[in-house]
Amino acid sequence: MTTATIAGAKKTGLARIVERWPVKTAVWLIAILWTIPSFGLLVTSFRPRDDIRGSGWWTVFPDVWDKAHWTLSNYQTVLSTGGFANAFLNSLAVTIPAVVIPITIAAFAAYGFAWMDFPGRHVLFALVVGLMVVPLQMALIPILRLYTRFDLVGSFPAVWLAHAGFGLPLAVYLLRNYMGSLPSSVIESAQIDGADHFTIFWRLILPLSVPVLASFAIFQFLWVWNDFLVALVFLGLEPRSQVLTVALANLAGNRGEAEHLLPAAAFVSMVLPMVVFLSLQRYFVRGLTAGSVKG
Amino acid sequence: MAKITLDDIGKIYPDGTRAVGHVNLDIQDGEFLVLVGPSGCGKSTILRMIAGLEEITEGKLYIGDQLVNDVPPKDRDIAMVFQNYALYPHMSVFDNMAFGLKLRKMPKEEIKRRVLEAAETLEITEFLDRKPKALSGGQRQRVAMGRAIVREPKAFLMDEPLSNLDAKLRVQMRTELSLLHKRLGTTTVYVTHDQVEAMTLGHRVAVLRAVSPQRPYNLQQVAPPTELFNEPVNLFVAGFIGSPAMNMVYGHLEADGDTVWAVFAGNRVKVDPVALERHPGIDERMGDRLVLGIRPGNFEAASHVAGADPDKQIEVNVEVTEMLGNETFVHFLLDEEPVMTPDIQELLGAAAEEEAVMGHKTQFTARVSPDVPVTAGDRLALVIDTAKMHFFDPTHGVRIGATPPPGMEAMVQS
Repeated sequence: MTTATIAGAKKTGLARIVERWPVKTAVWLIAILWTIPSFGLLVTSFRPRDDIRGSGWWTVFPDVWDKAHWTLSNYQTVLSTGGFANAFLNSLAVTIPAVVIPITIAAFAAYGFAWMDFPGRHVLFALVVGLMVVPLQMALIPILRLYTRFDLVGSFPAVWLAHAGFGLPLAVYLLRNYMGSLPSSVIESAQIDGADHFTIFWRLILPLSVPVLASFAIFQFLWVWNDFLVALVFLGLEPRSQVLTVALANLAGNRGEAEHLLPAAAFVSMVLPMVVFLSLQRYFVRGLTAGSVKG
Repeated sequence: MAKITLDDIGKIYPDGTRAVGHVNLDIQDGEFLVLVGPSGCGKSTILRMIAGLEEITEGKLYIGDQLVNDVPPKDRDIAMVFQNYALYPHMSVFDNMAFGLKLRKMPKEEIKRRVLEAAETLEITEFLDRKPKALSGGQRQRVAMGRAIVREPKAFLMDEPLSNLDAKLRVQMRTELSLLHKRLGTTTVYVTHDQVEAMTLGHRVAVLRAVSPQRPYNLQQVAPPTELFNEPVNLFVAGFIGSPAMNMVYGHLEADGDTVWAVFAGNRVKVDPVALERHPGIDERMGDRLVLGIRPGNFEAASHVAGADPDKQIEVNVEVTEMLGNETFVHFLLDEEPVMTPDIQELLGAAAEEEAVMGHKTQFTARVSPDVPVTAGDRLALVIDTAKMHFFDPTHGVRIGATPPPGMEAMVQS
């Protein structure tokens, strides 16, 4: 440890640059590679229909400032198309409960698995985590038959339940591991201070678990918001209840005759996830337990 | 406030390993009792059993007159201070201290009064609005103490509360802790591995040792610090208490009329009768092989003692000297195989093998006055205060004439 630190301190600036160079290059490369398609999509969404059909998005660059290359009509069409605003609201109505329900259940379950001693908790936890192997596609038909019997098909609760169910194993797994890593002396201290399990959960564990709750909320939000299959199967194509992804697919038309609208529609549907991600991403950096115990 | 009684307390884990066995302790009302021992000796487990964080599998635990074996921690009316402070990171210092009181539905005014008073005592009033992460280690430690104080519990349980602080702060907090206890007078059980902390803080100190299948007992000796130092019950306690550690060497006693001589490693010194009186039954052990113990502080350079008795002197070749300013430590070797009983092996741990490699020499350390002109390689005459010599049985390590520690009675009688 000490020798390593000394060796590190002795390195010159040049050696450090050489050492970090491959990592930095890789990070930049990945960032650029992942950004190019999105950027292309953004450019395309502002181009007139015939331009899109006739040439690639990069061809705008020689004379970027030529107004003939740009148009807002795609966005106008998308936003004025009947049902798009409604689909946006439907997506919200599906996504918010489908995020809140599994997080609430998983938080309780994770606390139990992490801090309550009951027989068989390890087996049960393994079982819950093991459920992650169930493929979504295989479960669709059985669930649909079940929903038919309870007359749930085409209703929002059907989608909430499906997403909650499929999100729970990962949620329980993530939350339990995070809660289990909180310092046990803090919980013991609260026990001695007179707190029961519910108080410990509510007053200590939940506030301290905000980073992991936020992380999972982001994952689940993006997953549900972007989901097409589950919404299509359980909600269907009916304009009254269809969600954004389904509406988007319809927009292009059955034979793709309006596919020039897709980039603009995609960006409209991306706005909310972007806001959610950017506003919660600081919680990815864990730092909330600083100062509790010496570390 | 209350007394705490441990009646034959034991702990066996579900997998069958024993961590604690047959611990009997009567902790008096208002007493400061220290549990001390090397790591793995079960001291923290005992404390956690008193707190209710660890299930008691054997024996009975009383707080006051109430049997509390099955009482959950929150109903035992005790407060605990953890080594890593265990503060609630998302709460302000005030809320940290008030948390336990709020849960007990105490009126707001009373909570405020108690927290402010404790904060004043601990000099943390200015930090009441801060979060723990904005505090230094010493300040966090005070908050942890404050959280215990405001509860006004029957007893404080402290699990190595100072060991995360740096050396200087530790000494300061030790003094403050001692003053605090004088002021509050709350029964305190304090766990540490630091024998200096144990000696300076404890009214009584319980020295503990890891259990073994043959000896399922942790307690070695429970006594006030001076008694532990002057009359250690066996080699384990003798070697653990005192810094630098007690010197030990194989040797024997010879009676020559009224005079008794201690013979070890080619030396022969006259034993003061006081030392013999402190070891009842020593007369019957004349000529037997014993372990002789001499603390470093019971040496002095012959040149610095007026009228030094030539019969109480040894001459040594100085190997190493350590000048500490107000004292000098002189290290030398005696021509005798090192004392290596199970007690000593346990104390030395991994260092025991190293010691064995050292071969047939026994290391000794003597403390002499700082103005003794001595350097490595010198020949030095040392006077021994033989009134303070200790004699132990070489097989089981129990002090001659002492009541053996629990679990070792049979070995001593055989």
